[in-house]
Amino acid sequence: MTDRTQSPVGASASTGTAPRYWTTRRRDQLAAYLFITPQLIGTIVFVLIPLGLVGWYSLHEWNVLADTFDFVGGENYQALLDDPKLPGVLAATGIFSVGLVILNLGLALLLAVLLNQKLRGTIVFRTIFFSPVVVSLVAWTIVWNFLLQDNGGINGLLDAIGIAGPNWLRGEGTAMAAVVVVQVIKNVGLNMVLFLAALQGVPADLYEAAKMDGASRWRQFRAITVPMISPTILLTSIITVVGALQVFAQIAVLTQGGPGTSTTVLVYYLYQQAFQFHHFGYGATLSVLLFGIVLLLTVVQWQMRRKWVFHES
Amino acid sequence: MSRKGKLLIYGALCVLALPFLFPTWWMVTSSVKPDIDIFTFPPQLIPTSFSLDAYREVFTLQPFARQYFNSAYIAAVVTLGTLAVASLSGYAFARIRFRGQNVLFLVVLVGLLIPSEVTIVPLFQMFHTWGMIDTHWPLVLVPIFGAPSVLATFIMRQFFLALPGELEEAARMDGLGRFAIFWRIALPLARPALAAVAIFTFLHSWNLYLEPIVFLSTPELFTLPQALTQFVDAYGGPMWNVQLSAASLTAIPVLVVFVIAQRQFIEGLAHTGLKG
Repeated sequence: MTDRTQSPVGASASTGTAPRYWTTRRRDQLAAYLFITPQLIGTIVFVLIPLGLVGWYSLHEWNVLADTFDFVGGENYQALLDDPKLPGVLAATGIFSVGLVILNLGLALLLAVLLNQKLRGTIVFRTIFFSPVVVSLVAWTIVWNFLLQDNGGINGLLDAIGIAGPNWLRGEGTAMAAVVVVQVIKNVGLNMVLFLAALQGVPADLYEAAKMDGASRWRQFRAITVPMISPTILLTSIITVVGALQVFAQIAVLTQGGPGTSTTVLVYYLYQQAFQFHHFGYGATLSVLLFGIVLLLTVVQWQMRRKWVFHES
Repeated sequence: MSRKGKLLIYGALCVLALPFLFPTWWMVTSSVKPDIDIFTFPPQLIPTSFSLDAYREVFTLQPFARQYFNSAYIAAVVTLGTLAVASLSGYAFARIRFRGQNVLFLVVLVGLLIPSEVTIVPLFQMFHTWGMIDTHWPLVLVPIFGAPSVLATFIMRQFFLALPGELEEAARMDGLGRFAIFWRIALPLARPALAAVAIFTFLHSWNLYLEPIVFLSTPELFTLPQALTQFVDAYGGPMWNVQLSAASLTAIPVLVVFVIAQRQFIEGLAHTGLKG
């Protein structure tokens, strides 16, 4: 049944009685290999080989100006450990990621719960909250750069109600907060939509039963809503953390990593080292570090799913 | 729900909507203010005088029309290419049994794990060796065949897995080969998944920033995000009303398309995140 032969093909057909080589199964196999070839070659050439090269480059001292490429073993990794800027860079990366995840998921969940009420006009609000997602990232960041100037729109509005705003992007404490908020407003719509879809999948009779038992709204939220949508919380937190580690354009446009290194996240530092200072070997070492962090976080989150993701079997 | 509860929710939604709406409003209104009105105090929420000078400068200071075209055609090519590559391999992984299937799928999935920023240094060197620095090739080839399209493959596979098998068996009875089954049966049914993949691929390409600034150095070849940050005066300070006009020209068309087709947009993107 599985080896049902098809209409005759090529030379084997003329022999009639001989078993046909091009059975449906074999032709299916060939088709499958042809179908996946572009993706497979692409992954090998543009992902796996470069990943191997990153490891190889990280063991070399690479001077672009003198055109030298010398094997130095673990020297770049030693330099990484000795880099006085690295603790600041890792701290900035950590603060940005944690701040982004907490604010983004919190706000997304709040918006989703508000929009999940049976109210008129929620579709308008949904559209408003989602719209920054489709605006070009750099255009969005430029506008916020303009808004957050010392004499910009935000401080103008604050002044109108009698508050003297700080120079947001130049202050040690405020620069990072500003970058996080700009990024949250840009992307929170995506998580909001995912949460909305999850909320709509929660069976209504669970809430009915809870109401009968006299559970408060907050208790219903904690005891029913959160456990029921926990797979979506896991998914959005993975997407958001990995996205946070990749932030680049916002930093490049808003703060250039300053003041000091307070907003120099890992990808921005990697870009500076490799493409501004032409330290390709060290840039590759930083890439290995970035890859390690992404891998570690993904594994940790995947392991944690057992702990806090509720499965309805 | 009580009247009071409703009012409370509407109030909260309106306050929360402000930081989402205000930037766009401020961008567009500031871009049509004359230079001297941009930082006036108190801020002019509605412009008192009107000028399109900044919009003229957008096109005279840089080959902006050309850069616009670059972004549009690169995003179009990347979207079509990704749809082709991802639907073919997603289909094969979902609907055909072949030797080495699981291992090859794992190999492809590695692409999902690795942010493109990790490989930017060796990719720069590879394209340098191939003489493709300061061309659009890296911006087209890597997204279509590399890590960004792996997510698309994954989404297409999830969708094709859910297709009922009877349709294909009927087509096979009629003597259709694999490609014909894929092209005439599976692909037309996969329209929602294709739409979702097309939307996020287009947005991803339209937003690329790190790659263009690494690979391109000739202004005629720049893409929009990169071009936006180039409107600076002799001291490197931003020319605000020109940057804002250029940003408006970049953001408004996509916003208009989005508002018209927002249901498909939002549901499409929600689907991609939910399955799996």
